Amino acid sequence: MRTILTGNYAVAEAVRLSRVKVIAAYPITPQTTIVERLAEMVESGELDAEFVRVDSEHSALAVVYGSATAGLRSFTATSSHGLLYMYEMCWWVANARIPLVMAVVTRTIGPPWNIHTDHTDILTLRDSGWIIAMAENVQEALDLTIQGFRISEEVNLPFVVGLDAFVLSHTAEVVDVPSQEDVDLFLPERRQAYVLNPNDAIAIGNIAQNEHMMRLRFEMAKDMEKSKDVIEDAGKEFGEIFGRSYGLVEHYRTEDADYVVVMSGAWCGDAKEAIDVLREKGIKIGLLKLSYIRPFPREEIRKLDGKDVLVVDRSFSMSYKGILGLEVGSVLDCKNVIAGLCGVDVSVEEFVKMFKMFTNGEIRDVEWWLK
Amino acid sequence: MGVDVLISKPSKGSSGKTGLWRTFKPVYYEERCIGCGECYLYCPEDCIVMKGLKVEIDYEFCKGCGICSNVCPANAIEMVKEL
Amino acid sequence: MKRDVIREIESPLLPGNPACQGCPHAIGLKAISLLKNPVLVIPAGCTTVIAGIQPKSSFKLPLIHVPFASAPAVACGLSKAYERAGIDSTVVVWMGDGAADIGFATLSGSAVRNDNIMVIVSDNEAYMNTGIQMSSTTFWKAKTTTSPTGKTEEKKDLALIMLMHRVPYVATASVGYMLDFAEKLKKAEKVKGFRFIHLHSPCPPGWRFDSSKTVEIARMAVKCGAWILWEYDGKFRLTGASRRYRVKSKRIPVKDYLCVQGRFRGLKEEDIKEIEKKIDEVWRLIDLLEKV
Repeated sequence: MRTILTGNYAVAEAVRLSRVKVIAAYPITPQTTIVERLAEMVESGELDAEFVRVDSEHSALAVVYGSATAGLRSFTATSSHGLLYMYEMCWWVANARIPLVMAVVTRTIGPPWNIHTDHTDILTLRDSGWIIAMAENVQEALDLTIQGFRISEEVNLPFVVGLDAFVLSHTAEVVDVPSQEDVDLFLPERRQAYVLNPNDAIAIGNIAQNEHMMRLRFEMAKDMEKSKDVIEDAGKEFGEIFGRSYGLVEHYRTEDADYVVVMSGAWCGDAKEAIDVLREKGIKIGLLKLSYIRPFPREEIRKLDGKDVLVVDRSFSMSYKGILGLEVGSVLDCKNVIAGLCGVDVSVEEFVKMFKMFTNGEIRDVEWWLK
Repeated sequence: MGVDVLISKPSKGSSGKTGLWRTFKPVYYEERCIGCGECYLYCPEDCIVMKGLKVEIDYEFCKGCGICSNVCPANAIEMVKEL
Repeated sequence: MKRDVIREIESPLLPGNPACQGCPHAIGLKAISLLKNPVLVIPAGCTTVIAGIQPKSSFKLPLIHVPFASAPAVACGLSKAYERAGIDSTVVVWMGDGAADIGFATLSGSAVRNDNIMVIVSDNEAYMNTGIQMSSTTFWKAKTTTSPTGKTEEKKDLALIMLMHRVPYVATASVGYMLDFAEKLKKAEKVKGFRFIHLHSPCPPGWRFDSSKTVEIARMAVKCGAWILWEYDGKFRLTGASRRYRVKSKRIPVKDYLCVQGRFRGLKEEDIKEIEKKIDEVWRLIDLLEKV
């Protein structure tokens, strides 16, 4: 069904279609409308689920951790400071290997107070074991949320989908909302590695010996690698059922490109337009969009070997490069531009200027795009 | 998949034979016992079993805390230094 | 009643567990055996260690370890899931005064939601598992490792705070009076909604007394009026031994309770007087609550 939805409302639809049974979330701008819409759906009977009004983000993830461990498909959403407040629980959920989907409306971290986008918040999860997907547009926010349930339940790692603050969360776009029947075809019954119930006297999470715990992280690393295939398969099957395919990355005019820009998130849409402008001028440039930051698609990035690569980061590592710049830089040489932090807008014209500088060799190692 | 390290199953003696922790041992005087069950109720270690109105102590795991002796109204348990 | 409880009660802990000699948690936990189908939620604390080292669990019951501040919220999630699935179970949070400090907001939020869970705060009056540091329920003037010359802060009344959340069942209990605790648990099991029990748990290494005296000292706390046994199930009432100690002349001197604990070593006369005044103030409030 084609309609017009904001990113947040699209995520809410995806949660409804995925037959989520327990939702708990604490409001934080700009995630609030996801939660409000879900509350409406539950109270109207549109969505048969428990909606728990919690006292904090830490409690929100704690509640869904409980319901997910008991075997129910569960969901939460947050942003920025809320994510940081629940950070301890995020690590717990990942190590506990509990399948779960969370939406993070990416928002910068203060002080000063600022409700606009950058990717710093969601990237704080990159070492934890969460699978991290980034949406380019409202349709992707919807689709990735649905895929998240399937992927996380297959690999037993929690899944977070990022959508940029206001640019996606509060911007209405034309979306195709899938039918319940089709989603039921795509999403199997929930399964997970273990369940806690009163009939089985197990203890979960006892103190463990160091050697055994290290193996837990090792197995997580292996499963994160395995999730690459799961993500590609799920993305392909999604395409077969819904007509839109997904994968770890999206190649936009990279095949014959001499120059490739690597980016993630909503601003990829604007970047693609800039790519088109430069292509009109005869410059062989393309964009590699990272749909997933975890697992890190290093094989796809390695394919760019021999081309000139520029990573445009909406985050900074406080080392000498942006976060994606460091990650891509570990696979091949690349230039790095830090832009759009704290909600600073980067227009198509500015991307054109930036990419021209790149193809002219005017970008040295790391440049900050300050305004 | 590595979730084994997250799961534990009920095991007696998870800390070994805690009877070895003892300095003092509870000695039971059956003839003084009135079968009130206080020692059974308050033993922290699940090391006292009531057989009818009498009591049996599991010395393999009894840590020798002395609560049983302390709560007994009939002086039927005495803490004796174990050498 | 007593004979029945003694027949029914057993330990959910298996012998040979890591609990200290004379551990009050090990005593208090025995009452959990009276519940049907419990699932335990255990935040960081002594019980985290008592539960044993993987792959061995000291518990005969299903349990989940959870981050320090999160227990009531995780319990909420579990209880909602079981309800949906039609699984009959009592989700029990077994937490300490430490978890009640760091997770105070979580505890409060859970009560406001009237989550269908049972929360038992087994209070040993300090952060014992990390080595006897002061908590908000640490007794007035008690020595802890972070208050080496004695606590100067106030002691908050956790049970009365939870009472103000207007939940269906709130009670205090003591490991010195297991029958009273057992009765309260059985009553609470039948109540739907948020149930809270504040369990007084004297700790031998933490309070510095011989391991044989855990029950004796728990009883002394009640006998001198420092710990009051009450319950609220729609009506507020004193229970068990505390009914007798409503009359101040029937109590044992507070000094007797304090002087057998190493954590009060060096207490002066004026300190004891101050403490007696504090206890009197609590009783005045309890009297009023009984009349409401």
